[in-house]
Amino acid sequence: MPNRESRDNPAFRMSRRKMMKGVAAVLGALALPEKDAPASVWESFFQKHFREMSKPELEKVLASLEKEYGKTYGKAVKVRATPHIEGISYGYGLDLSRCIGCRRCVYGCVQENNQSRDPQIHYIRVLQLDKERGVDLEHAEHYYNPSKVPEKGHFYMPVQCHQCENPPCTKVCPVQATWKERDGIVVVDYNWCIGCRYCMAACPYGARHFNWKKPGLPAAEMNPETHYLGNRPRPVGVVEKCTFCIQRVRNTPGRYPACVEVCPVGARKFGNLLDPESEIRYIIENKRVFILKEDLNTRPKFYYFYAT
Amino acid sequence: MNRDRSRHRLVPGIAVLAVCLAAGVASSAPPQGRGNATKPHAGQGPEKQFAVPTPPFTPGIFPCSECHKEMKPNPARRELKDEHTNIVLNHAQGQRWCLDCHDISNRDRLRLVSGEKIGFDESFRLCGQCHGDKYRDWKVGVHGKRTGMWNGEKQYLLCVHCHNPHDPGFKPLVPMSPPTRPENVK
Amino acid sequence: MPMKMIWGFFKGTLTLVAKGSRAYYVWVSCLLVLIGIGALAYVYQMENGLIVTAMRDQVAWGFYISNFTFLVGVAAAAVLLVIPAYVYHWKPIKEIAVLGEMLAVSAMVMCLLFVTVDIGRPDRFWHLIPKIGILNFPQSLLAWDVVVLNIYLVLNLTIAVFILYNLYHKREPNKAFTTPLLLFSIPAAVSIHTVTAFLYNGLAARPFWNASILAPRFLASAFCSGPAFMIILFQVIRKYTRIEIKNEAIFKVAELIAYSMFINLFLLGAEVFKEFYSDTVHLAPLQYLLQGLKGHNDLVPYIWTAMIFNVSAFFLFLVPQTRENYVTLNIGCVLIFIGVYIEKGMGLVIPGQVPDVLGEIYEYAPTGIELLVTLGIWATGLLVYTLLLRVAVPILTGEFFVGEDGRTAVIVDTEFIRRADHLAEQSYRD
Repeated sequence: MPNRESRDNPAFRMSRRKMMKGVAAVLGALALPEKDAPASVWESFFQKHFREMSKPELEKVLASLEKEYGKTYGKAVKVRATPHIEGISYGYGLDLSRCIGCRRCVYGCVQENNQSRDPQIHYIRVLQLDKERGVDLEHAEHYYNPSKVPEKGHFYMPVQCHQCENPPCTKVCPVQATWKERDGIVVVDYNWCIGCRYCMAACPYGARHFNWKKPGLPAAEMNPETHYLGNRPRPVGVVEKCTFCIQRVRNTPGRYPACVEVCPVGARKFGNLLDPESEIRYIIENKRVFILKEDLNTRPKFYYFYAT
Repeated sequence: MNRDRSRHRLVPGIAVLAVCLAAGVASSAPPQGRGNATKPHAGQGPEKQFAVPTPPFTPGIFPCSECHKEMKPNPARRELKDEHTNIVLNHAQGQRWCLDCHDISNRDRLRLVSGEKIGFDESFRLCGQCHGDKYRDWKVGVHGKRTGMWNGEKQYLLCVHCHNPHDPGFKPLVPMSPPTRPENVK
Repeated sequence: MPMKMIWGFFKGTLTLVAKGSRAYYVWVSCLLVLIGIGALAYVYQMENGLIVTAMRDQVAWGFYISNFTFLVGVAAAAVLLVIPAYVYHWKPIKEIAVLGEMLAVSAMVMCLLFVTVDIGRPDRFWHLIPKIGILNFPQSLLAWDVVVLNIYLVLNLTIAVFILYNLYHKREPNKAFTTPLLLFSIPAAVSIHTVTAFLYNGLAARPFWNASILAPRFLASAFCSGPAFMIILFQVIRKYTRIEIKNEAIFKVAELIAYSMFINLFLLGAEVFKEFYSDTVHLAPLQYLLQGLKGHNDLVPYIWTAMIFNVSAFFLFLVPQTRENYVTLNIGCVLIFIGVYIEKGMGLVIPGQVPDVLGEIYEYAPTGIELLVTLGIWATGLLVYTLLLRVAVPILTGEFFVGEDGRTAVIVDTEFIRRADHLAEQSYRD
């Protein structure tokens, strides 16, 4: 009975022809670049993993990103993909006898690395610990805000990504969006990450942060010297973290990471672990260094020590 | 017979060892072009030159000899009442006073314990007399604020660029804002 | 022509799902409304980002992953009924197997939906496809989960559709095809839940999860939740359709649930002893869960409710008098389903992240958007199962079969609900 049939099967009222027309229109619209768009929606959707792109593909992607960021932030932005320098393994030293918990490193990093201001993302978390208890994370205070620091009876321990030699975060990523580079820096391809946050569950140091919302980065505060795997502005829904200022350190000569430079008491040290003359090697050989959560066998490159 | 054979092996063995030692000594010389960092060793020859920025004088105070060349030096330990009253010595004040560091005959110079006079741009040598551990660390770039290039020329600051020599302890700072609590991230 | 036959079958299924009793229409409409609301909530989440949830860096996995974990257990257990079905020679075995597989399919659909709504970039899901994207197999346990969950979904769908399609054509399904697949579904079921357990287990950063006991506990609690749902379902089906399910089968399943819950409770006791007696820093998450920590105790009433429910259900299932009384049996089923939902959902995922790796305590409670999306996904799963049942039950009772021409479907009864005791020769052609 035709009436009942057509009532029962509304899906078949639309003809096949109409449907194909609709699909073709949508696909066509996606393929066309919008006016002034750096890359078509199609191209950016199908962008390959960073490590699989050929040199011309990568250059095209970098150029398109520069155009996109230039448009968004109204300044000439450079996005580089500077490769690692041979024979380098970056190491970091943090002098606990000197850190006073002033948090200038936190905000120096935010400035250099184009973190979202709203919602707030900090790569560095400074913990206030009790001198009596020592390094006891269960009793750490994250939100201390006295009128002056350091406070009596406390010492301060900043924590950020330790660029572990045996990183627990890279092995859990289901799409290999995060990996350890040859110079030891653990990086994220922000255009490949699917935002599952498994790496955040796996990190023992709370070093990874998620873009829960579209990042709010004011154009005036944007640092235009960026690296594809580092401080270029990130999209929503992906994970990011400290990269030892990959955009600075991978040059010859290379600048210190922003946190090292801005620290007013000289508590932060940085260098090449493979260079016997470096500051970091001197520290390891002459001071008593320790690492956090050593029993987890992550082998971090972030060494805490007491220089005094 | 056994002893002969072992002596046979001993002599070339010692020669090889000697060659190795020589090579080791030769290769331990610091590599060139890596900045001014040297392996620190105590008191052997003149100190290496460190390029430092201008000492942070109070404006107008230097050269000190402009006032002091006319004045008769008074070596008596006392509290200064006429000038430099803004300087409160809070640095081993029980053991020393002004003229233990400032040269009595030439106020444009500082005075080392050995009697040697040095310029203000080498004041680290003076501090290093007592603060040897800090001095050793500073020379390799491990003590103090680090700026410049991690793999280029090291930039040095004088001790006094961060530490007031008369009151070197750091004063507490106002901390920057704590992070937003997660429940307040909207 | 097989295409015309399949098309006839398909048209028949569409007719079936579009018609039913009043209760059926009401039920499906309610589900569609909930799905619509959930979809709107998800669109809101897509537009504003995951910030509309209560998840933050400190607790990066929340309600969505809790539901996912629980449902993987349900999916695993549904098929595990196949084992006792064969061992105890229950008739009708293929009915029970098919019903279990369809539950597994529905649960799998829900699991995949929960993962989809949880990830930050669902537009990049294709990155997970091997060869087209990059699947970090075998290093990443999530990659393993993607593989085994999809295999399990396809496996169950294949078996169920194969059996049903053959029955629709009034022929016995070829045992040479079904038996190996059914047997394979048993280790497949164990694998999905073991892999899901391992993905928590392998994280050294989270001592609450990094316990060897986690995988056995997962399986033990899975054996409680899935079969409890099936027991209620069996009663509904045998009351309203011609499918016969013996009391013995239902009581045996309840007995197996009792043993599973015993293992679950024993393993829980082992965990509690180890943490409280050794009294290390790693006690903190369990303390947060059971007692509260530093004034934070949001989860405490929930977990104790779950404990009471689980222990009560355990006794209800253990004691034959209460097990074989349908009132107490059904109470037990509801209690255990809720108890395991709490214990393996929020009671597992949240304490693993509280206190966080730097000692911070962030109390997570799902937002309205998360609840609406979750509700929408549960409604989707229930709708999927309803539609599958709407097609499967008539096939199993012989009321939906292929006509003499070999192509057109014959539907004897278009009502979803039909009392078994009124089975006269009332039938009418559509």
